[in-house]
Amino acid sequence: MANSIKVRAKAKDGVVTVKTLISHPMETGLRKDKKTGKMIPANFIQEVLAEQNGNNVLTAFWGGAISKNPYLSFKFKGAAGDTVKISWSDNNGKSDTTEVTVK
Amino acid sequence: MNTKRRLFLKGSMAAGVAGVAASAGLLTPGMVLAAWPNQAFDAKSVADAMKGIAGSADAAASGDIKIKAPDIAENGAVVPVTVSTGMAGVESISILASKNATPLTSSYTLGSATEAFVSTRIKMGKTADVIAVVKAGGKLYQAKKEVKVTIGGCGG
Repeated sequence: MANSIKVRAKAKDGVVTVKTLISHPMETGLRKDKKTGKMIPANFIQEVLAEQNGNNVLTAFWGGAISKNPYLSFKFKGAAGDTVKISWSDNNGKSDTTEVTVK
Repeated sequence: MNTKRRLFLKGSMAAGVAGVAASAGLLTPGMVLAAWPNQAFDAKSVADAMKGIAGSADAAASGDIKIKAPDIAENGAVVPVTVSTGMAGVESISILASKNATPLTSSYTLGSATEAFVSTRIKMGKTADVIAVVKAGGKLYQAKKEVKVTIGGCGG
């Protein structure tokens, strides 16, 4: 599951804006497969962690009501050259991590 | 041989019990995560969801919370929502959609260097209020914005 996360981090006036796109189906578990009539099992990201130089800046708890291929944007005080680490884990225990340098 | 067979059966039954315990929720991936608040996410009403995520359903209305969301969302499966506030000492931001089957969509805990700003995309089942609950300095504040949904995003 490598490269499931796309991150852009840009610094401007001491504030870093991070934009994240994760490719994930985000199934709520409440939807039916139209062809088979069976319920599609829940499969969604539960937790997203963001770290700046190893310090936690954001912990996101997500439910099934976040859109497919979720987008997340947030800001923190920082500068170009900082490292931003984003990691997620879903309800099936899958996870992924990526790290970028702020531009 | 016979006694060994008994032992074997007993052993496999014990293993079976452990398996049941795992599937009953003792060892689900959700539990492995630090503290994913499943009660809050399973809550069926806005009040219960707020209690679960923020500890209380009493949140003062605040004009200082900005919710940026479309007035009319053509596709409920993708509703862009941005919540920001000028308040100081913001600890967490939660986003709820009042008429979803489970209103809580997401909750964000902010670090000390993090600006009070989050932007994401949520699913909405039908026309409803998007509620932002902000915890700042130990107190809860909320703001609402109605979003009209023409095609629902939950269920299919």
